[in-house]
Amino acid sequence: MGFNIQQIRSDFPILQQKVYNKPLVYLDNGATTQKPQVVIDTLSELQEIHNSSIHRGIHYLSEKMTGRYEAAREPVRDFINASSTNEIIFTSGATGSINAVAFSIGEKSVDKGDEILISEMEHHSNIVPWQMLCERKGARLKVIPFDQDGNLMLEALDSLLTDRVRIVALTHASNSLGTINPVKEVINRAHQMNIPVLIDGSQMVQHGKVDVIDLDCDFYVFSSHKIFGPTGSGVLYGKEALLEELPPYQGGGDMVDQVTFESTTYNTLPFKFEAGTTNFMGAIGLATAIDYLTSVGVANIGQYESELIKYSLDKLKTIEQLELYGKASHRISVFSFLLGSVHPYDAGMILDKMGIAVRTGTHCTQPVMDHFQISGTIRASLVFYNTTEEVDKLTEGIEKTIKMLA
Amino acid sequence: MTSLAEIQKDIVEEFSIFEDWLDRYNYLIELGNDLPAIDPQYRTSEYLINGCQSKVWLHAELVNGRIEFKADSDAIIVKGIVALLVKVLNSRTPNEILENELTFIEDIGLRQNLSPTRSNGLLAMVKKMRLYALAYQAKEQQKQQP
Repeated sequence: MGFNIQQIRSDFPILQQKVYNKPLVYLDNGATTQKPQVVIDTLSELQEIHNSSIHRGIHYLSEKMTGRYEAAREPVRDFINASSTNEIIFTSGATGSINAVAFSIGEKSVDKGDEILISEMEHHSNIVPWQMLCERKGARLKVIPFDQDGNLMLEALDSLLTDRVRIVALTHASNSLGTINPVKEVINRAHQMNIPVLIDGSQMVQHGKVDVIDLDCDFYVFSSHKIFGPTGSGVLYGKEALLEELPPYQGGGDMVDQVTFESTTYNTLPFKFEAGTTNFMGAIGLATAIDYLTSVGVANIGQYESELIKYSLDKLKTIEQLELYGKASHRISVFSFLLGSVHPYDAGMILDKMGIAVRTGTHCTQPVMDHFQISGTIRASLVFYNTTEEVDKLTEGIEKTIKMLA
Repeated sequence: MTSLAEIQKDIVEEFSIFEDWLDRYNYLIELGNDLPAIDPQYRTSEYLINGCQSKVWLHAELVNGRIEFKADSDAIIVKGIVALLVKVLNSRTPNEILENELTFIEDIGLRQNLSPTRSNGLLAMVKKMRLYALAYQAKEQQKQQP
């Protein structure tokens, strides 16, 4: 299938609407993405005719739903090129996935004086779970810095990758700077010291091809709602051998084999990490979203977006007062900026009334704002259903905003 | 002195001439620019109402039975709304503040700016202004007791 932007936009019903009587220009995809009609249809079909709890029913509906849920692992596995569906664990989202790994790996291998290595550009979701682990175990959080353009300072790895580091947790792409990190190199360096690496793919999977075998990452996490699927669902990929060794994160139904009051034995993978009734509809909706993405073509999306990035950067550059934060050349279509002395919140309010949805504030990356000594930015985050016309509208909107506030 | 209800009515009338949202914002920007900056001694963490995205500072003082409010914000549209709140509630007795509902915010379509999810400090500011009124009212009543 070729890349037909009008066709693609018509697949997303929400994009057709007007807000404040103006066509919606949705540029807050870093926060959440919109859902194509097939995902919406799948969810309502599941609710209407398939609803039943999975994994325990003897009856028709339960068996159907269980089948759909288990089948949902395959498109996810294929999408990130994992080796086995045993490595695909459905969670509540990237945050849930990171918390699971932080707990389980913490129980297994983190002691007092050990270190956890993250980067300065992490989302709070990839900071706080590790901080909590450090507090529990008396470990220390270490941070890989980034430079003024928003590039990770790999030279710092030499001193940071010590034999006390128990795991490296790094974002694949920054949600506030747009940087795509050289994760493969970091993984390679960490592996030379037998340190496992978790990659937060929340801002990457919707933009380009991810291959966990090629990356050789030990864990890879992402959220469904940022990749055109339903909210409240997500994925934890982990290498099977590693997941086997880790203790489960949460206890409950479904993750057990035998339960007595004396002791419990755990279920096999992937169920060991899926305690309780999972968000099975969310997982099936995610698989539908991935099928949709695959039908559009990840390579087509990548190519279209790289043109969109170039166009956006050229356009934004024409605005004299605009200062871009995050100037990495290898990047996703996320643009963080300030407009002279204009408060981001004011700009966001005005753009909103023009029908343009952006995000303002710290974007859950306060350390990034501290790095630049600013209190926040305006962020426009685009995906493959956005157009150059929308970038034009954003540019015009910004110019009008500056005029109003100057 | 115009009553609190009348001032609210005046504001609603002023805003009714704007058909376009951006005109309303332009007017708020004007109001924000016209409100004098708060004395630097009050632009401190002690008087800060944390709104996460935009900051609001509020200082209150009881002078001859009326509350004098000084307020400021680092975001100009928020400061415009702050100016309106000050215009309505400044130099009022604690009783007046506590007895009157703030209806104008809803009437001029700014209610969404005072929702708890808008982390701009405005909702907390309104609450704090009422709290000051409550505290000063209690103080006054205490004084009147023999």
